[in-house]
Amino acid sequence: MAEKVKLNRQTMCDRLAMEFQDGWIVNLGVGMPTLCSNYKDDSRELIYHSENGVIGYGPIAEEGHEDKHLVNAGGQNVIAIPGMAIVHHADSFMLIRGGMIDVTVMGAYEVAQNGDFANWRIPTRKGGGIGGAMDLAACAQRVYIAMEHTTRDGKPRLLKQCALPVTAPGVVKLVSTDLGLFEIGTDGFILKEHAPGWSVEEIQELTEAKITADPNLCEVKTRDNQSSNQGSGRHYVV
Amino acid sequence: MKNKVFSTFDEAVKDFQDDSVFMSPGFGNVGVPRNLLSAVNRQGAKGLTGISNNAGALGDSIDVGTLIQAKQVKKMICAFTAPTHPSQVTPFVEMYNNDELDAELVPQGTMAERIRAAAAGIGGFYTPTSVGTELAEGKEHREINGRMHVLEFPLHADYALIKAYRADTFGNLQFRLAGRNFNPIMAMAAKTTIVEVEKEIVEVGQLDPDQIHVSGVYVNRIVLIPEDGIFY
Repeated sequence: MAEKVKLNRQTMCDRLAMEFQDGWIVNLGVGMPTLCSNYKDDSRELIYHSENGVIGYGPIAEEGHEDKHLVNAGGQNVIAIPGMAIVHHADSFMLIRGGMIDVTVMGAYEVAQNGDFANWRIPTRKGGGIGGAMDLAACAQRVYIAMEHTTRDGKPRLLKQCALPVTAPGVVKLVSTDLGLFEIGTDGFILKEHAPGWSVEEIQELTEAKITADPNLCEVKTRDNQSSNQGSGRHYVV
Repeated sequence: MKNKVFSTFDEAVKDFQDDSVFMSPGFGNVGVPRNLLSAVNRQGAKGLTGISNNAGALGDSIDVGTLIQAKQVKKMICAFTAPTHPSQVTPFVEMYNNDELDAELVPQGTMAERIRAAAAGIGGFYTPTSVGTELAEGKEHREINGRMHVLEFPLHADYALIKAYRADTFGNLQFRLAGRNFNPIMAMAAKTTIVEVEKEIVEVGQLDPDQIHVSGVYVNRIVLIPEDGIFY
């Protein structure tokens, strides 16, 4: 078996970005999910939507080339590209609730085997941070999650049921962690791809929910190995 | 047409009432009416309820947090009442944690639509957002087309503080890029709409009617940001 490796954040996000299909309208959450836009695939065209009403923005602006009037959901200055359109906030969420977002990628504290996830509130702290997450989670066509497999002190995040208040029930389709790629099916987490050197049993030990290994289980596809990988085909959730 | 230009921000907010409700747009430091917020801070109105995406950023920039820090605000209605990282302690977070002010947490899209509903004269609307979460508890639920929704009500305000890119003297407004965000819907939802203008205020007739984002009929007072004002 290969040396045991935990995937870095870019590789976790690359794997989700490989699923995006030509023409999809994509909304990336603040933080780790924005790394998805670093994955390049010239065979497809994606439209990035930001909840502040920017439809079809380009890459992060290089220093000295910022337009102070143009930011993405994380407040980063982005570049205008041909075809970009601007709408106000109510129209931006009309687009979200209306089901126009093909995929949203978010971070999470926990994901449950029934597709519930939690990312807005920790009950020991007062208040919460929702932003656009509940609208996106409830109404996007697909919700993908990118997160570390365990908490900093080693507790599982893939659970039988969420302990924290949920953001939306039953919506998560795909989870990319530093240990593998998981689809959520009717019987819970299906391990589709594993991090190099990790066995199903080793991943199960760090997972509260029961995981089922896909018959075509393979190593996680990366920028380097995706063409040579003999896994079960590229797209899991269409 | 009526000329709504005021020469100073202080004059434009002179009659700002205690215990009133105000809306403050902006997203990621763009489209924030910093000059008007600064003027309300100087004017000193107290007991205010603020409606804004967030309750102020970290750092020294003037925003809603300036009024919160000055204890002018009793309640915030916003989409963030806790920071994304516990280390980000804004004046709002500190006072909220000490129960020194009240807050209502609203999903961002629900907030935007509640503001739009107020502007549109709609008494409420059903949304699937928040169904199955803590935020839906106690709200009226209704299944529509096989999907569960919750009832949400409009958000009205006494004042909207708006940042526009360009205006004419009647108050027709244009915004630029992501500076639009909450500005148009807030401008249309409040009883009194006060606007700071970044680039220029032109004569009536000089703006292309097809390129006006908010009609001047919604706007009461406009002020051009002076050279020594706050632009970003």
